[in-house]
Amino acid sequence: MRELVDRTYRDDSRRVLATLIRLLGDFDAAEEALHDAFVAAIERWPAEGVPANPRTWLVSAGRFKAIDQLRRRAAFDDRRAEIERQLSELSHQEPVITEDGDIVDDRLRLVFTCCHPALSPDAQVALTLHTIGGLTTEEIARAFLVPAPTLAQRIVRAKNKIRDARIPYEIPEHSDLPERLDAVLATLYLIFNEGYSATFGESVTRSDLCGEAIRLTRLLLGLLPEAEVMGLLAMMLLHDSRRAARSSSDGELLLLEEQDRSRWNQEQIREGIELTERALQSGPAGPYAIQAAIAAVHAEAKRAAETDWAQIVELYDALLRLGASPVVELNQAAAIAMRDGPERGLERIDRLLARGELASYHLAHSARADLFRRLGRTNDALAAYATALELTTQEPERRFIEKRMATLRGH
Amino acid sequence: MKYLCLIYAEEAAFGKMSQDDASKMMGEYMAFTKDIQASGKYVGGNPLQPTSTATTVRVRNGKVSTTDGPFAETKEQLGGYYLIDAKDLNDALQVAGRIPGAKVGSIEVRPIREM
Repeated sequence: MRELVDRTYRDDSRRVLATLIRLLGDFDAAEEALHDAFVAAIERWPAEGVPANPRTWLVSAGRFKAIDQLRRRAAFDDRRAEIERQLSELSHQEPVITEDGDIVDDRLRLVFTCCHPALSPDAQVALTLHTIGGLTTEEIARAFLVPAPTLAQRIVRAKNKIRDARIPYEIPEHSDLPERLDAVLATLYLIFNEGYSATFGESVTRSDLCGEAIRLTRLLLGLLPEAEVMGLLAMMLLHDSRRAARSSSDGELLLLEEQDRSRWNQEQIREGIELTERALQSGPAGPYAIQAAIAAVHAEAKRAAETDWAQIVELYDALLRLGASPVVELNQAAAIAMRDGPERGLERIDRLLARGELASYHLAHSARADLFRRLGRTNDALAAYATALELTTQEPERRFIEKRMATLRGH
Repeated sequence: MKYLCLIYAEEAAFGKMSQDDASKMMGEYMAFTKDIQASGKYVGGNPLQPTSTATTVRVRNGKVSTTDGPFAETKEQLGGYYLIDAKDLNDALQVAGRIPGAKVGSIEVRPIREM
């Protein structure tokens, strides 16, 4: 029985919470009610049997517990009038919990509320992982390398803003949907990236962020099958498929061309490619679908030498047509170097650096250094690596550059 | 629920505006005000005189101190406000986005604390 309740908690607690937030209109009260509902389940299911629909049972148990709470508070709180108003609202409102429609809607409401642009990106990430992902504040704090009290504070502040500024618990109207969906996708991508860019030599928790981002994006796709949601999920899966191959046995960063491709996760690649194709077929390609397509081209190459660089350069063109970005231009320059030779790539990077935007971006300098290296211009390569080394803050990157410099000096 | 929409803009730029641009802006504000009045969301609103007319009052240890200013230390200054009655924050942000000043400056949207 205890196991069954635990499993119900794992599978259903977030859905129940999403509905309770709508019914109670308050994140904290809903969390408390959720907790009380599960306590009631542990007490009553063994004697009364497991209800036919545990989720609906939990929602109504939570709602009754919340009404109890309010009654008790009304007895000796000086804000009695306000509490009584809430009480009568709550007692008269029918708890609408039809199985599919409303519950799906409640979870979407929760996603859009947690990723509301009136909250700071940091707060969106924390609230999303906590409320939708069910992670504890300690877990999130560890994953983002911030002290737990800071993280807890961030969540409290976000919940207060939702309440005090009255951020509505609703799915945006059709006209606002694309813009608001962008904010949701950006938050999920931020969670993924945080895990992906810091997987090396860090605690396992950080790489778990990738898994959590994938799980949340999959959930969103189930609720809202839009092309860009497919594209984002595809991109995450295709990047994550390389995780085992991204570092050597001694924990060093390995470039795409150095990775043992037999260690790529074929299951994730298959799903990623399928989703990319579906995303590209369902209308004009958005930025996530195009980035997924680029990752898919890499995934399809059995060996690095077989990579279809011409197609990748074209995909970057498509991406740049959607919005100018110096970082995307840098990536395209690297692809051009592979297609047309290092000189052509260097010309592009030098032109980019001359514009100034990327002057302090370490990857621009290490990309430049790599092209010098391939041209046999050792001194230029060493100088560019030295600049990159000064600018980088990540330990694995630093070790990678130092290794490259040592190899060059050895020549 | 009520929200105060504070309109911030570069005061200096406003002073340098041509007669034509200034009357165009005025026209836009009048149209906008009429529009939210018709929608029932308008509670109040006014443009303010420039910060050079501002005075700050503080009471410390029972003594009133009055100082000139504050003068523009930040890039944008408070130039006017609307008090609106909106359904929720999304509704309020929607209204704020239509305030003509949003195109040149910025609008700070603050929920009113009901006492």
